[in-house]
Amino acid sequence: MNPAFSVIFLTTLIGAGQGLFLALFTGQSYALFNLLPKQEGGFYAAGSFISLILLAAGLGASFFHLGHPERAWRAASQWRTSWLSREVIVLPAFMGAVFCYGLAHWMGWQSVLAVLPGGTVIDLTVVLGILGTLLAFLLFVCTGMIYACLRFLREWHSPLTVVNFILLGGASGFILAALFASLSAPELAPFFAVWAIILMLLGLVSRSAALIRNHRLRPKSTLQTAIGIKHPRIVQKSMGFMGGSFNTREFSHGAASLRSIKPAFLLLAFGAPLILFAVSFSNPILLGLAFVLHYCGLLAERWFFFAEANHPQNLYYQTLG
Amino acid sequence: MTQLALVIDLNVCVGCHACVTSCKEWNTSGDAGPLCDERPYEAEPTGTFFNRVQTFEVGEFPATETVHFPKSCLHCEDPPCVPVCPTGASYKRKEDGIVLVDYDKCIGCKYCSWACPYGAREIDEKQKVMKKCTLCVDRIYDLSLAEIDRKPACVKACPTSARLFGDIHDPESTVSKAIRENGGYALMPEWGTQPANHYLPRRKTHLRIHEDELERSSNPLRIDGLLPKPGKSEPSLDDITSW
Repeated sequence: MNPAFSVIFLTTLIGAGQGLFLALFTGQSYALFNLLPKQEGGFYAAGSFISLILLAAGLGASFFHLGHPERAWRAASQWRTSWLSREVIVLPAFMGAVFCYGLAHWMGWQSVLAVLPGGTVIDLTVVLGILGTLLAFLLFVCTGMIYACLRFLREWHSPLTVVNFILLGGASGFILAALFASLSAPELAPFFAVWAIILMLLGLVSRSAALIRNHRLRPKSTLQTAIGIKHPRIVQKSMGFMGGSFNTREFSHGAASLRSIKPAFLLLAFGAPLILFAVSFSNPILLGLAFVLHYCGLLAERWFFFAEANHPQNLYYQTLG
Repeated sequence: MTQLALVIDLNVCVGCHACVTSCKEWNTSGDAGPLCDERPYEAEPTGTFFNRVQTFEVGEFPATETVHFPKSCLHCEDPPCVPVCPTGASYKRKEDGIVLVDYDKCIGCKYCSWACPYGAREIDEKQKVMKKCTLCVDRIYDLSLAEIDRKPACVKACPTSARLFGDIHDPESTVSKAIRENGGYALMPEWGTQPANHYLPRRKTHLRIHEDELERSSNPLRIDGLLPKPGKSEPSLDDITSW
């Protein structure tokens, strides 16, 4: 496939936004059970604001992918069958939940809704946080399933696609949370940093599993099944045109080699941040550098994700002429 | 249930591209607007087409065969491009099984083209909507045309009648008989999309002559020669033969 930068930015930006929100609410949940020091509402509100900016930027990037962005509202109609339509519904819903969560913290709406047996107080922000967490995971599933549901694109047609979206989005969000905490609540930075390391290591395992799986894939369709002629040697002499078409532009990445991208994204998205975390958990400069490197790695990872997928339609478009 | 479809006979197709140009001519002139082209008279022309004729070489020289292979939307009975559409612009008509795109609803997200294993959908780079073969839906039901003209433009254009058009769910239709009797097959059956369009394979007619067919069975000495001429007094079949 030819990677579209609008979609690369969409998936990586909202992934980081979702991850950051999950990190914030994880922090609040730990604080709720007195495992972490409690924070002022402003900390969560500011974090939610950063998360919202990322989500809005991702949503904005997605519009560049559309031929008719003015009709985008129509995309909410087919949620019964289309994962893309489901994402179009869940993304604004999640943004709404993050907004309400941040607002409730900012305004100090902490009226007690329930008290757990252990004396833990459940207020409005907790309820909104749980709702946001569910929507964050739902959004990860929708985004991943957009790709995982296409059975012809066998590189994507795997549960690993969804798992990777969750783990990589989560890792980038927790790195960002560690950076944010190092500036506003330094005592929380190591907590987010450790979670970021765990998520990065899990992400490295699942992404590597996907790479190994895709490396072993053998195409299900061949030129023989594509044109229905059972002869071991078939060569295309002409695809029917000379100047290229949508079919030659959309489904091939045109890059000479994929080999250099794979080690680059593994190094940037996993290696470099892990090394920086090994140096310091709370130095804002190092954490900022770790986030920038990790995010660049994720851009490369997503580019590779698209470029690696080999569409069976390419069987029909092998020889210009 | 009706399922309209094309049946393309690879045994007869000569690769003349008449179906391509005829399709383009009809579908660029219709109510739905042009099938846009970019740089049509320059070095790298490109444009939107519903139908392409491709050429494959089968075998190794000198035992090769050139197969011309026309490809358009196959109007799958289980079209993978339809459920993924987020707006409902892509749909399959219940009444005749044609898969269509509503150009007024399409947002140009290209997701349906990713979901089609055949590469049958092409985006119109100027109108920014996805386009594909309509089986000339604006033609086959047009009562102002003579009945013989109510066929897709490609079918009408084919000089060798390599393209048949009809209802593959009607067992007595020409297309059903052609599929049944000439080994019609679907493309990429491994994905279970059940394409409605079928292809008829190359067929070779071998003349098998046995030894005894070369010799007259009434020639026991195996000597070929003229039969003895009957005498002039012998009765003839009529007054015209022989003498």
